[in-house]
Amino acid sequence: MRRERDVEQEEAALNDPILELREVSKVYSNEQLQVAALKSADLRIEEGEYAVIMGPSGSGKSTLLNILGCLDRISSGRYFLGGEDVSGLDDDALSAIRSRRIGFIFQSYNLIPQLNVLENIEVPLFYQNVSERQARIRATEIADRLGLGARLRHKPSELSGGQQQRVAIARSLVSSPLMILADEPTGNLDSATGDEILHVIDELNAEGKTIVMVTHDDEIAHRAHRIVRLKDGEIVSNELSEPSAGGRAKPVAGGTNR
Amino acid sequence: MNVVRFERAVRMGAKNLWQYKMRAGLTILGMVFGVSSVIAMLSVAEGAGREVQEQIRRLGSNNILISSQKLPQEQFSGGQSGGTSQIAAYGLTYEDANRLAVRVPYLVSSCPAKVIQQTVRFRDRQVETTLVATVPQYPEITNHRMLAGRFFTKTDMDKAAPVCVIGARLARTLFAAHDPIDQTIKLGNDEVYRVIGVMGDVYTAKSPELTNKPLWFVGENQDVYLPLISYFKRSGDLFMHRTEGSSTFEKVELHQLILTVDGEEHVMPAYAAARDTLRTYHKREDYQIVVPLELLEQSKATRRLFNIVLGAIAAISLIVGGIGIMNIMLATVSERTREIGIRRALGARQRDIVMQFLIETVILSITGGLIGLFGGALIPKIITLLTNVKTVLTPLSFVVAFGVSVAVGLVFGIYPARRAALMDPIEALRHE
Repeated sequence: MRRERDVEQEEAALNDPILELREVSKVYSNEQLQVAALKSADLRIEEGEYAVIMGPSGSGKSTLLNILGCLDRISSGRYFLGGEDVSGLDDDALSAIRSRRIGFIFQSYNLIPQLNVLENIEVPLFYQNVSERQARIRATEIADRLGLGARLRHKPSELSGGQQQRVAIARSLVSSPLMILADEPTGNLDSATGDEILHVIDELNAEGKTIVMVTHDDEIAHRAHRIVRLKDGEIVSNELSEPSAGGRAKPVAGGTNR
Repeated sequence: MNVVRFERAVRMGAKNLWQYKMRAGLTILGMVFGVSSVIAMLSVAEGAGREVQEQIRRLGSNNILISSQKLPQEQFSGGQSGGTSQIAAYGLTYEDANRLAVRVPYLVSSCPAKVIQQTVRFRDRQVETTLVATVPQYPEITNHRMLAGRFFTKTDMDKAAPVCVIGARLARTLFAAHDPIDQTIKLGNDEVYRVIGVMGDVYTAKSPELTNKPLWFVGENQDVYLPLISYFKRSGDLFMHRTEGSSTFEKVELHQLILTVDGEEHVMPAYAAARDTLRTYHKREDYQIVVPLELLEQSKATRRLFNIVLGAIAAISLIVGGIGIMNIMLATVSERTREIGIRRALGARQRDIVMQFLIETVILSITGGLIGLFGGALIPKIITLLTNVKTVLTPLSFVVAFGVSVAVGLVFGIYPARRAALMDPIEALRHE
């Protein structure tokens, strides 16, 4: 399995990477001053990779993640997502890309409080005009996989943090995106529940999903193939690492949650 | 945006609003009162307007009514025919009628009448009433309905036959339950007339249908109608005019002249010709010309003004209702900032967000409008029940009220919705 993946990765490298930043800068400006949140960043992430972005607060992690997630526009440079230049796209086109190609997982789950579990998972499909019946089938399937089968009609407020994050993961998967962007997904969870969530993410990666995660936890970082370190808006290191054992071991998704 | 998606967005909006029933209910209260007061006011105005128009229409919209009028400064100086100085002579003459018949264009008929207060007696019963000495076309022109017998004819007129037609109420008063036809009554100085018919009221759309009951039970008419020539032959043009305490003689040839033209569009030229003719031959304006059509136009103008005032009040109340909705929607948008950020991150375009909030606003305003329609339909009924004021609900007022409530929703919804859509998704996601 591992060997196969390595081969795949080499092949992918010959083709387009899943995302590529070329000298991307982001400058926030108002009347008084200009702040460069990201300075001439170059980054390639191949399909199936598990990349972690690290750095102290204010280093530009969030900016980078927002840019990768097409939530923010770059000031200069080029950004290719799945081989497509998305640097100059308008708001509608970026919305479509967010809907179809990117799955978001947030630190604070960001579920819509008045919708139940299934409805929350279906939200991205709503904006893709997927029929209600199909959306329901798809959402139920994914919720089952993540061990939420018994709580489909629950509101987020009736769920534990770990369960809410599982719902968010289900939602990020529902439209089969190119990559999943996770912003400190375990930041609000206790370590046991956090581990469960990390196992779920490991398993997704093992299935071939590309993961880009922001964290400041070195232990979490060691589960990844690639560690990108940022400081003062610059990428100071970008190294491949052998994932530590235990990280990507047995499948956990659908297992005990709590 | 395709239909299915729109329909789903509507259901989503409705579901969302349903979760805050109390708030939604209070939000639309302004719309409810606005719309229902609009409809109620329109129906009261419509009712009043129709009443007036009905009254005017009874006079005949193709008619020109000319009546003799005694001037206040009238001295007993004798009229054109030079009678005694104790006789007040004024008003329309037979000659006027002939001249008008020749000079007024588009004329279909000319209906002269003497209208005199007189006593009418049957055996020992005596009633003070109004005599109308006129021509055979009178009922047709004034839209009166015969209830029994017949009206007098041209033959009666030519022979100066002593026949008369009495009003239904007069028939009841004088003859009680007996059949008045072919009875004789005495008018004024014991002139004897034979009753040949019973006349009802002016016919209107509201008039009760005739039944098998004795016909003269219907109606409030208590006049006596007789051929003009019959009256003239027996009584002449002089008559006693009684005022409090004293009585004077007056000489009036015709009290009333109804000119009928062939269409409403010819009323005004005919009126102008009649006015000019009378001005030429009368030194003083001892006559009055009334054009029902013109009254109708005036009443329409009055109604238009009334409607503008009502419309302004209605517009203000709807704007107030709309501002109420906008206020709540702005609060909702800021409350749901984070949801907006989430939806944007998950692929909602700006126009999806606009649609989401606009739909909610329009649902609110339409719901308010619909409830207002019911209230608006109910209030006039209650008004009519309690005060006997006539009200008329027109379908147009419903259409207007509903259309306006949709428009209010759109106008006052667009600002909160755009505000939601233009939020920066990153900021919105960070919002607590």
